[in-house]
Amino acid sequence: MSRDDVELWLHMYQQMLRIRLFEEQVNELYTSARMPGLAHLYIGEEAVAVGVCEALRREDYITSTHRGHGHCIAKGAQLDRMFCELLGKAPGYCGGKGGSMHIADQDTGNLGANAIVGGSAAIATGAAFSSKRLGNGRVVACFFGEGALGQGVVYEAMNMAQLWTLPVIYVCENNLYNEYTHYRETTAGSMRARAEAFGLLTVEVDGQDVRAVHAAAKNLVERARRGEGPAFLLCHTYRFHGHHVGDINRTYYRSKEEETEWKTKRDPIRLLGDWLVANGLADDGILSRIEAEVSAEVAAAVEVALNAPFPEPGEVSRHVFA
Amino acid sequence: MSSPETTARELTFGEAIREALAEELRRDPRVFMIGEDIAEAGTTFKVLTGLVEEFGPERIIDSPISEPGFTGLGVGAAMTGLRPVVDIMFGDFSTLIMDQIVNQAAKIHYMSGGKLKVPMVLRTTMGAGRRSAAQHSQSLHAWFSHIPGLKVVVPSTPYDAKGLMKSAIRDDNPVIVLEDKMMYRTVKGPVPAEEYLVPLGVADVKRVGSDLTLVATSSMVHVALEAAAQLAEIGLSAEVVDPRTLVPLDKDTLINSAKKTGRVIVIDEGYEQYGVTAELASVIADGAFYYLDAPVKRLGAMNVPIPFSPVLEDLTIPSVPQVVELAKTLCGKR
Repeated sequence: MSRDDVELWLHMYQQMLRIRLFEEQVNELYTSARMPGLAHLYIGEEAVAVGVCEALRREDYITSTHRGHGHCIAKGAQLDRMFCELLGKAPGYCGGKGGSMHIADQDTGNLGANAIVGGSAAIATGAAFSSKRLGNGRVVACFFGEGALGQGVVYEAMNMAQLWTLPVIYVCENNLYNEYTHYRETTAGSMRARAEAFGLLTVEVDGQDVRAVHAAAKNLVERARRGEGPAFLLCHTYRFHGHHVGDINRTYYRSKEEETEWKTKRDPIRLLGDWLVANGLADDGILSRIEAEVSAEVAAAVEVALNAPFPEPGEVSRHVFA
Repeated sequence: MSSPETTARELTFGEAIREALAEELRRDPRVFMIGEDIAEAGTTFKVLTGLVEEFGPERIIDSPISEPGFTGLGVGAAMTGLRPVVDIMFGDFSTLIMDQIVNQAAKIHYMSGGKLKVPMVLRTTMGAGRRSAAQHSQSLHAWFSHIPGLKVVVPSTPYDAKGLMKSAIRDDNPVIVLEDKMMYRTVKGPVPAEEYLVPLGVADVKRVGSDLTLVATSSMVHVALEAAAQLAEIGLSAEVVDPRTLVPLDKDTLINSAKKTGRVIVIDEGYEQYGVTAELASVIADGAFYYLDAPVKRLGAMNVPIPFSPVLEDLTIPSVPQVVELAKTLCGKR
């Protein structure tokens, strides 16, 4: 284990914590009625975004989903501009026009979050097509939930990616629930076999283990960068909160015991922290210090957003056309 | 009128479109085309014949029969440095790509606060009369025109088709070009050999007149011109105005013609209900109200699925006799 490895694990710990505390603050904004609309929290799934994005370069692309805050942050978004966007404020990543479900940031290769669950599969594939055509070596990570496996465009995209050897990794976050319905009620056959049918290299990992996600993603990203084609990375994970912040009473679709089990035994942040401590790579002091730093960053960022101006009314008709 | 200076050569509608695409493919290496059977087959309508030979299969790409997939691929490619021209064989199949166009392409620039762009052209066809029945004959340009963020082009002549296509490819927005498939071979016209562009958003007066205005789109321009010729024989002078693009719409030219003549018929091959004719009639009624001598009349496709039987199909499309009769009624020439 090299010094660099330890630095990377600590960085991933910090990144997962940034997502976690950001999302907890989002929930707080919602419950205190200071945020317009809704948000879909990524809490519990942090290891997927961080494990994958740490395998990418800044100029590599991602596409994201309605549950996308984690992907944006993991790819390098600043928390204050994220909060601004969620509050519909002018300094937000999209000037307040996109909101929680549509954050895009070309400076970090984020081609945008998409509120149609399979909506970005073909777009990501098109970005990979550009990378190959332009020879710029960029790889695309296309994030979506297992619910998107119900939309046909995902398979059309996989087919073309494999046909044309495009550098795209389809990252499926199987958090078990298509909104309020367990995937077993919606998904016939096997998830991985769907991608394998097209010939995609398919890897299945424990999505709560950031080291496993990262190792798999690194391998697939490097392979794609070498021009060896697309892959399907199936990550088994769990959504600790509801489908969105307002989904409070969930017992009609999943049990409290199940939630408790995941939260106490399968929390990706705690799993990495415990592993670092158990192997003597970090101690509680270091981890507490990271948490204090992130906590202060989140507090400062939300303060910026709460005090930021709303867009001017004239913005409503700007950017319809380029 | 923006008719070409020289009339040295005549091209068909299809040839003019092919020439526009070939010129832009030559000019800009970022341009590529993708669609079903567009390479060796040169499309069902043979409009693209010869392009794959010149530009190769890397730039003229035969896709799987996956309209949402390859349209979305075009959107993603446009966002990341290329300029795709996506080919949807029949306009009826645009039902399959509506998420990619309506929720994605049209909104990405706006949703991203102006950071991302989608410089993509979507070519597809419209027009009945080919005996192709209800799923291969519709003119669905009103659907696209309803969505903010899309530009919509409906050319009527080879000259316009070429110049507008070149402008569409150079535009930084998603542009939908609807080509009436019945015009590919049957409509011929002068196209200069030297390069030119026709800007998006500028209507063209195809015939000058003084008694009434026929606002017509796509192949209906030819119906209007023929009707105008017949009306001239009975002493009625009809002006024919072609918007050329529905978005952006050159309202001024439409309104000014209406102010001049005081009587207007709007003719379009889309379904009449909630259609392009309704929007154009409303624009004219608003803008020229005090100059009008009669209500603005509309002629669209009948509000029925396009039937197969030729006898029935022909009834659904606005025809020259219909336009002539309506014009005579409007002008009190019975």
